[in-house]
Amino acid sequence: MMRALTWMRSLALSASLVSVSAFAGDAISQTTKQPINFTAIGMFILFVLMTLGITYWAASRTKSTADFYTAGGGISGAQNGLAIAGDYMSAATLLGLTAMMYTRGVDAYIYMIAFFVGWPVILFLMAERLRNLGKFTFADITAYRLNQGKVRTMAAASSLVVVCFYLVAQMVGAGQLIKLLFGLDYGVALVLVGALMMVYVTFGGMVATTWVQIIKACMLLFGGTTVVLLALSQFDFSFEVLTSRAISVHSLGEKLLAPGSLLADPVTAISLGLGLMFGTAGLPHILMRFFTVTDAKEARKSVLYASGIVAYFFNVVALMGLAAIIIVGQNPEYFEGGAIGGAIIGGGNMVAMHLAKAVGGDILLGFLSAVAFATILAVVAGLALAGASAISHDIYSRVIMKGQASEKAELRMSKIATIGLGIVAVLLGLAFEKMNVAFMVALAFGVAASANFPVLILSMYWKGLTTRGALAGGYIGLFSATALVVLSKSVWVDVFGYAEALFPYTQPALFSMPLAFLSAIVVSNLDSSRDAAAEREAFGDQYVRAQTGLGAATAASH
Amino acid sequence: MSSTAYAHIRNNPQFARLVSTRGRFAWFLSAIVFVVFFSFVMAVAFAPDFLAQRPFAGSNVTIGILAGLFQFVVFWVLTLVYVRRANGEFDDLNKAIIDAASREGK
Repeated sequence: MMRALTWMRSLALSASLVSVSAFAGDAISQTTKQPINFTAIGMFILFVLMTLGITYWAASRTKSTADFYTAGGGISGAQNGLAIAGDYMSAATLLGLTAMMYTRGVDAYIYMIAFFVGWPVILFLMAERLRNLGKFTFADITAYRLNQGKVRTMAAASSLVVVCFYLVAQMVGAGQLIKLLFGLDYGVALVLVGALMMVYVTFGGMVATTWVQIIKACMLLFGGTTVVLLALSQFDFSFEVLTSRAISVHSLGEKLLAPGSLLADPVTAISLGLGLMFGTAGLPHILMRFFTVTDAKEARKSVLYASGIVAYFFNVVALMGLAAIIIVGQNPEYFEGGAIGGAIIGGGNMVAMHLAKAVGGDILLGFLSAVAFATILAVVAGLALAGASAISHDIYSRVIMKGQASEKAELRMSKIATIGLGIVAVLLGLAFEKMNVAFMVALAFGVAASANFPVLILSMYWKGLTTRGALAGGYIGLFSATALVVLSKSVWVDVFGYAEALFPYTQPALFSMPLAFLSAIVVSNLDSSRDAAAEREAFGDQYVRAQTGLGAATAASH
Repeated sequence: MSSTAYAHIRNNPQFARLVSTRGRFAWFLSAIVFVVFFSFVMAVAFAPDFLAQRPFAGSNVTIGILAGLFQFVVFWVLTLVYVRRANGEFDDLNKAIIDAASREGK
């Protein structure tokens, strides 16, 4: 009876975790406010002071639009690799995936592989062309030989949709997490995150955003490694001892180390695989990072470093989850009312934090809490910068002013846009406080994979793409991905409260991505306008630049 | 950048060689990643019992865990292989092509 109950509870818990941690964004479920944690706050204040110092230094180096959007193109491959890894290792990776490993075992490991597998493909097929063709935003590439106004408007619109949904998920997650870790009010936490993000981005631009991300990535790697080493020392660093003990106490038993029900449905599995793989390749804040390095050589190196760090960190997280099964799961201190197998204090996502406390006391708990907060802050800053550049570079400078805006005016607009996005993010975060926002990350990845990725890859690889084709593919991808998410269980049932979802899967990519490709190709082929002929003609020069980097935007000299 | 430089490069047989060799290499490596990863996904969906097997007597390590670790390691090694060749051999060829075009332009 007890066993059955535990099993049911872990199933319910993991069901919520799957939807929460399904994507790299952070939608941490509702949490209860904890007593104020002074160690954590102290360490966080240290982090904030350090990053503000960097922002002060970065501000003196942020004079041109190139400095603001891409740090003048002067970031090295190793630095950019750390920053990309930082963008990718969110609080959900640390908290959500540790918790998933704790409840589901190897299923979580399969998930991590799906998160990882996009990186080699981005390197092989995209990294060098992105660097050779892009300047500030990925719309520079899609609009390279197409109608600037129309294509940039479309690309900026889908960028902003991705950024906004991702931001909401981050903000709500941040509020919940901070309430939990630091004992601050939800609203106070949001305003704090919003204000710090505005300071980093408006004053320090990409230089500050990158360095905040690098510092945070190092803290995360250090924190995770420390926790896992201390935890493994309790098992004599033996995988056999660790797994044998985990199997003996876990409700899944032997099944802990075998694939379970998580990806049993092949449609969901493939759709998720596609969505994660190509969604990553369509996220504006990730794509933007490829423009911050000097040349294609450094762009390739960044992926090498980033993927190595991400792979390492996922394996650390997997071991943390396994160790937590014994260290946290068998200690009544971490359960509500002291009942082992009952509800975990603070909710399922707190497993990693409890593990830190169990192996390293309040100091390590405080450190890891500060890291989690820093993570959210850094990711939010990167998102805001990507959104601001879509507004100021694509819409204001290229569409409205038709390239006639002075650099000073564009820079001013980018700062106004950042402040605007910060305010919008705080307001949306407040509005969505009580909602489960997991679907917003699904939507962000779905739109990125369906609206951004197909048009981007076609514009780089296919001569035949025309303005009309790009618009058809982009808008159809945007609307179909959005519609499928709205009709899926996560919105139709969980938000609107209908009994039955009209679209039976949670990930739209398997359907909306081919639809976007198909419409872009069909419409382009049917396009016999004079503009279309000129656009196809222009592919030749673009192709040479994409392959050789001749004429590519180079690093600004300082 | 002038269109003549681009036209010059397009007509350079070395450019055709760079593009086809590098392109084939990139697609070949991508194909490995796609095939390995989606075979693994299919195994998760259709043959979970196979992944649950323990190949070593007296060890808890399952084929599923080995397959996961294998992918992390091999995919990263593939990125290393690509970066080394692209940043070495291909970039040397690339530089030669650009130099030839700029000499021609003078």
